[in-house]
Amino acid sequence: MTTLFYLLAVGTLLGGVGVVVSKNPIHAALSLVASLFFLAGLYLTLGAQLIAVLQVLVYAGAVMMLFVFVISLLNLRDEELGRPRITGAKIIGALSVASVLAAAVKVGGDALLTRTGRVFDVATASPTFGTTATVGRSLYLDQVLPFELTSLLLLVAIIGAVVVAKGKI
Amino acid sequence: MIGPGHYLALAAALFALGAVGVVVRRNALVLLMSIELMLNAANLVFLTFARFPLVRVQPNEMLRHGLAGHSTVFFVIAVAAAEAAVGLGIVIAVFRSKETINLDEVIELRN
Repeated sequence: MTTLFYLLAVGTLLGGVGVVVSKNPIHAALSLVASLFFLAGLYLTLGAQLIAVLQVLVYAGAVMMLFVFVISLLNLRDEELGRPRITGAKIIGALSVASVLAAAVKVGGDALLTRTGRVFDVATASPTFGTTATVGRSLYLDQVLPFELTSLLLLVAIIGAVVVAKGKI
Repeated sequence: MIGPGHYLALAAALFALGAVGVVVRRNALVLLMSIELMLNAANLVFLTFARFPLVRVQPNEMLRHGLAGHSTVFFVIAVAAAEAAVGLGIVIAVFRSKETINLDEVIELRN
């Protein structure tokens, strides 16, 4: 379990680093796909079977396919891609973002450690945790209004994407 | 023993990577991918707290509390898909009019 977690975590982080540092957008997209697959594995270790499958289907399948299609559609030239220039402003920006987040993690982690004496684990308490049947029941009974609004959101996004990308209709 | 802290630390690192990507990279496509990284970090936090709730809940209520987190992740995935579709549409429109997707060169909203 511990080995599996560290394996998946290192894979996820390496994929994320690949997204940020790779010069060619297609390499960034493929790194992101790898990172999303490792994340799906992590979701499995958290007992979220349905979400892990959705992650692979929707993210790694549909969304990243869209990214790769757009990258090949744009047909970027080499000078268009450009070398990622490292400027002082970028280094300062990256360091400030990273340090603010590190401070937030430190404060949050300390608060968490003082609050939780022992950890409750829902997945061992209830064996049906995260299965399609239980998550589906939660979606269709407790969260039915947001669930239906999601379909409306996706419809608006489809029409919006076509209108924005088409130019003249 | 792997606990919630490990997952939260990983999520924080992933979010930091995405945030640095948004700040540093000037390619619009890579910027969108960095946003996806940050959304996934948020999903990881939701799932962590779905399995390891902070507050003590009654055993018969536990499952419902956890599944609220799973439903939220479902909605985040749907919103991320919508965001990617619209964002890539905007990238295509910008590339049509400016012939570039470098965000340093796209500095005006006209045309």
